[in-house]
Amino acid sequence: MKSGAKLKATEERLEGIRKAAAEAAQVPGGVRPSAGSPQKREGESYYGLPALKPPVWTWEVPLYFFLGGIAGLSACIGFAAQLLHGAPELIRLCLWVGLLGAAICPVLLIADLGRPARFLNMLRVFKVRSAMSLGAWILAAFSGCAFLGVLCFELLSRGFTNPLFTSLLWLGLTSAAATGLLLASYTAVLIGATAIPVWSENRRLLPAHFLTSGLGCSAGILELAGFLIPATQILGFAASGIETVIEIFLEVRKRPVDAPLHNGRSGTTLRIAGLLEGPAALLLRVFWGSVPAGRYAAATCFLIGALLSRYAWIWAGRASACDPHALFRLQRKA
Amino acid sequence: MAVSAFLTDASLCIGCKACEVACKEWNELPDDGFEWSGHSYDNTRALGASTWRHVLFLEQKQSMGSQLAGINEPFRWQFLSDVCKHCANAGCLEACPTGSIVRTEVGSVFVQPDICNGCGYCVVSCPFGVIEKRPEDGRAFKCTFCYDRQKAGLIPACAKACPTESIQFGELEVLKQRGKKRVQDLQERGYSDARIYDPQETSVGGIHAFSVILGEPEAYNLPPAPEVPTAYLKSAWTSAFISAAVIFAIICAAFAF
Repeated sequence: MKSGAKLKATEERLEGIRKAAAEAAQVPGGVRPSAGSPQKREGESYYGLPALKPPVWTWEVPLYFFLGGIAGLSACIGFAAQLLHGAPELIRLCLWVGLLGAAICPVLLIADLGRPARFLNMLRVFKVRSAMSLGAWILAAFSGCAFLGVLCFELLSRGFTNPLFTSLLWLGLTSAAATGLLLASYTAVLIGATAIPVWSENRRLLPAHFLTSGLGCSAGILELAGFLIPATQILGFAASGIETVIEIFLEVRKRPVDAPLHNGRSGTTLRIAGLLEGPAALLLRVFWGSVPAGRYAAATCFLIGALLSRYAWIWAGRASACDPHALFRLQRKA
Repeated sequence: MAVSAFLTDASLCIGCKACEVACKEWNELPDDGFEWSGHSYDNTRALGASTWRHVLFLEQKQSMGSQLAGINEPFRWQFLSDVCKHCANAGCLEACPTGSIVRTEVGSVFVQPDICNGCGYCVVSCPFGVIEKRPEDGRAFKCTFCYDRQKAGLIPACAKACPTESIQFGELEVLKQRGKKRVQDLQERGYSDARIYDPQETSVGGIHAFSVILGEPEAYNLPPAPEVPTAYLKSAWTSAFISAAVIFAIICAAFAF
């Protein structure tokens, strides 16, 4: 039987260990803590349990964000090239990339649905205040416009010259460019206008990032296809330049709500993605931009970075939803 | 029809979980797994696709009201039965792209299971972390406010089962008055931290399932200032349009060279 004093000392030691564990999220002198225990108490919450539900989207959605950006911006580049008398082969490739994207994107989105057979319910209503509803309509419209553009372009280039086809080509190209810009940017609005703090607090940055990513990827695909022209070089420079600025901005700005952008799996991936899209692609262009290999490398860097970035942002959303303290602190501050 | 509401009073809840059981039974909900959480007597943890009432168990180092005994080592139990808030401006309803989520004639927010295609956008649009996708089913589920029972003139199963009238069901305006009165009474009796949790000043614009709680809402995992995500649309779209214009200008400049 232990004496009272000895018992008290043991109890005090236990209290001390608990207190240290709550402050440092680590048991002093103990084994490496397993997932989630002990939890660091950064403020009041209900046992540190998530106050929000994390996104349930699977791998198809970030891939869709990536491909949608490429398809949209490719159509946009195709329109600009047609407008400013670019090479017909370049315009043809842009239009086909847009159409191919428009064909793959719905498949990815439908695969992610909990009830894929009900995908047509997406077009049951038109809700301006729902980015998801708008997005379904934007994708449907883009597909139609891209198809019209490709159809008329191929007919005209095969000698079926007809004023109707010419005006329909311009209609297709213009509308595909407009809906393409929407397709590449609405996905940023989609995640920006949610209850997930790291997304909603970056809602102004995300559209710029997604559009720039889409631009760099589309230009990169053109370069990889052999169009090593000044225009794609300029677009590559612009995209990786803007991405470098975004990367520096994210690194410099220290907000508690942005923790998932710096720490954990999402933070590491986003940092790698940012380096590839920004400084790496930019430096490759600066130093080896005059040789084809350098431009191929820069384009590949940018494409990989852009793809990783989409996954990182979705993972950051998951981490953000599971941090009640960051959410409460944000709401108390506002 | 009048707007239906829940007033859930934490100061009356005894943590019996009769509401959880009644809800599961009436709505034929699957179990949430049989695991020990280690968080007091709460093994349910949170609201979800198969948990539409959730009783929270708080063990706080605070004295209870004007208690006299044991104030040297203050301690109190707090229980609260949490539920979908049926917001005046509901994030899930605004986000739903299929029109599956609707506002009913009793003012509640209802997911039509025959329309939902499981896109998951409502899940990230709920500022209270309530609605969830059930993986084995694929669709999103949450409290129906016992719409079927209300249609038949019955009160929701949880309120019916509550043995202490901690869950009160009635007309929104009536319950609001009752809640105010209850907080006043509690404060007069020494429960100085009694308050109503009903975020009316934010874009959510009030909730139809509000509560009387003791202490800060964070302790109950209730967000202190929830916003309906549509409030972010304007700034996000503005940024999208400006960015799109800049990007298009860059593309034109590149080809004009």
